[in-house]
Amino acid sequence: MASTEIARQAGEGVRSVPLAGHVGFDSMPDQLVNKSVNRGFCFNILCVGETGLGKSTLMDTLFNTKFEGEPTQHSQPGVTLKSNTYELQESNVRLKLTVVNTVGFGDQINKEDSYKSIVEFIDTQFEAYLQEELKIKRTLHSYHDTRIHACLYFIAPTGHSLKSLDLVTMKKLDSKVNIIPIVAKSDAISKSELAKFKIKITSELVSNGVQIYQFPTDDESVAEINSTMNSHLPFAVVGSTEEVKLGNKMVKARQYPWGTVQVENENHCDFVKLREMLIRVNMEDLREQTHTRHYELYRRCKLEEMGFKDTDPDSKPFSLQETYEAKRNEFMGELQKKEEEMRQMFVQRVKEKEAELKEAEKELHDKFDRLKKLHQDEKKKLEEKKKGLDDEVNTFKQKKTAAELLLNQAQQAGGATTLKRDKERKNFF
Amino acid sequence: MIERPETAVPSIARNLEGYVGFANLPNQVYRKSVKRGFEFTLMVVGESGLGKSTLINSLFLTDLYSKDYPGPSQRVKKTVQVEQSKVLIKEGGVQLTLTIVDTPGFGDAVDNSNCWQPVINYIDSKCEDFLNAESRVNRRSMPDNRVHCCLYFIAPSGHGLKPLDIEFMKRLHDKVNVIPLIAKADTLTPEECQLFKKQIMKEIQEHKIKIYEFPDTEDDEDNRLIRKIKEKMPLAVVGSNVVVEVNGKKVRGRQYPWGVAEVENGEHCDFTVLRNMLIRTHMQDLKDVTNNVHYENYRSKKLAAVTCNGVDTSKTKGQLTKSPLAQMEEERREHVMKMKKMEAEMEQVFEMKVKEKKQKLKDSEAELERRHEQMKRNLEAQYKELEEKRRVFEEEKNNWETQQRILEQQKLDASKTMEKNKKKGKIF
Repeated sequence: MASTEIARQAGEGVRSVPLAGHVGFDSMPDQLVNKSVNRGFCFNILCVGETGLGKSTLMDTLFNTKFEGEPTQHSQPGVTLKSNTYELQESNVRLKLTVVNTVGFGDQINKEDSYKSIVEFIDTQFEAYLQEELKIKRTLHSYHDTRIHACLYFIAPTGHSLKSLDLVTMKKLDSKVNIIPIVAKSDAISKSELAKFKIKITSELVSNGVQIYQFPTDDESVAEINSTMNSHLPFAVVGSTEEVKLGNKMVKARQYPWGTVQVENENHCDFVKLREMLIRVNMEDLREQTHTRHYELYRRCKLEEMGFKDTDPDSKPFSLQETYEAKRNEFMGELQKKEEEMRQMFVQRVKEKEAELKEAEKELHDKFDRLKKLHQDEKKKLEEKKKGLDDEVNTFKQKKTAAELLLNQAQQAGGATTLKRDKERKNFF
Repeated sequence: MIERPETAVPSIARNLEGYVGFANLPNQVYRKSVKRGFEFTLMVVGESGLGKSTLINSLFLTDLYSKDYPGPSQRVKKTVQVEQSKVLIKEGGVQLTLTIVDTPGFGDAVDNSNCWQPVINYIDSKCEDFLNAESRVNRRSMPDNRVHCCLYFIAPSGHGLKPLDIEFMKRLHDKVNVIPLIAKADTLTPEECQLFKKQIMKEIQEHKIKIYEFPDTEDDEDNRLIRKIKEKMPLAVVGSNVVVEVNGKKVRGRQYPWGVAEVENGEHCDFTVLRNMLIRTHMQDLKDVTNNVHYENYRSKKLAAVTCNGVDTSKTKGQLTKSPLAQMEEERREHVMKMKKMEAEMEQVFEMKVKEKKQKLKDSEAELERRHEQMKRNLEAQYKELEEKRRVFEEEKNNWETQQRILEQQKLDASKTMEKNKKKGKIF
């Protein structure tokens, strides 16, 4: 909240009352500061630039320490981001510094997708914060903030203009992170060339609509120095961790046959300006801008993507609960519909299959009915034949009996006749 | 106590070989906070006539309630109201927007059941406002109107806490920082005050009331001071709008025939302790505890209620660490899995039933086949039988016929011979 908040409240009718003595709330800033110091600070820097532009060396020089890392080769197949976190302490101030390096940036033949992994990385940190913020049980006050607070963009010291890769990348990054462009290895450019180079770069950035980070000029105590520094952007830096004896002091410098480039000499390069701006004056502002501007933008886009929106100012104020409930109901409704559909489909299938099987059953029964009928017919035929046979047998029997009877009669008669004959014969004799 | 758990990111300690300059960060923070200005909301609760408004005026050395802006005590209330007054005060370049929330009518009725409800409603509504502002898609500056501290005024009976006191504190101790005060302490002698304080603390512990606790610091000096303050709890205060002269000095005090009870005299009352603690040393901590503990409690309860609608509560315990959106996502996935399982099950049941039916069909087909076979065989057997019978019959018939023929032949032969014989025979 800016001082405009206070002014607004005063305008709204919050009356100002005079105090009749020392109350003591002027210690509030100290209370706040003490708490922050106790908690410790954290700062995350992203270094974007081609391999070999001296990114790691500059970090080492800025923070007066040797950070991890081997110099990388040019053979990386894609752009990866390597991050390292360090705990630094200066007097009573503890700083958790995370340095993220782009490895392999600018080394590929086709660099169209180079910016993608960088954007993805930045978004991932935002997403992590957003998720934490949206949790039901959250611990934001002890959350280790990994969002990138400052992006140092290393420009190759060609002396001509920005490379198209630089323009494309910076354009993609300017709405996500505070970009501070710097001219790397600027000991390769002469003073006059440097002035022209800076002008060219600035104009190209403006004409392409790239928003770089402006040091804030709204706070009177630092407005002046910040606005001066703004005009020196991009900073032309030289980094070195080697020390050279100059006079009776050891200074950080790069030794050439034709002279020694002193890192901390403001005539030689803008290193001191960079350090002043980045660390000593505006570190807190960089963190604030990241949180209130870049993160808010990300959050807004993400929530809108998911279908959330604020109700218009005339109706009831936005209720998170209502939106969640509405979304949830919609969601549950969808799921239930799907469930119903699936059930219906199954019912349908069951019906069909049942019909099929019934058909088969019917066919089977038909088949057997037919067979049965055939069988009945056969049986009938058989019966008839049987009857036929029986009839024949009966007829035969009758015939037989009749014949036998006849025979008997004949025999009897024959017997009689024979007897008669015999008698006759006998009588004859 | 705010806990600081270990973060999961591995970090390497590094020593600096020279001055970098980030030790200036605290100054940057200082600068920015002054520019932003500060806010603080203080709530005072207690029965009428306990000197709440006077104390506020004394604390902030101003006439918050004056003729133009009369305090709530001037107005007679029938029911408990919750009123807020907002003022802007400046000191040493620091601007503070102070909101005083008063509760006139509290405890004044004959039946005071639920007189704490308007207070709770107020506190919750401020948390709700903040939650809504925080949850907007387009977030602008979020003014913090949450109640940071609640001063609860205990009447100086000298005996102990009243049931209303206990009830109120129990209901509010997990919603807001409660600091109990003994009001109008100039009616108690030091000894009575000591006993009263002990009694109150005992009862507070008995009822497990969580009053605001001072956090321990790393500084031993501060810790000693804090322990001293803790021993004096609850603070016995006296307030005054009137400035009197004592020993040539102008002090705020209450003039009695027997002397002046000085507000800012540490031996007369604990007012200075209260002011130092509330304003000069712990104002920020009160805000932090409100934000990190009380507000988070409110928020998690509110959001848990939203996402756990209709969900079986035994499942929700582990789900509170997710955001509601992640929750919905997970529910969606769960549902998809459930559907898949259901589908698989239904499929299985379906298959099984089909198999059953088919099997039955097959069985009945086999049965019918078998029966048909049997009948066929039966029929065939019968046919065979018939054939056999016929054969036998035919044979018999043939035999008989042959026999008959033979007989016939014999007869014929016989008759022939008889004829012959007759012809022969008859001669002699």
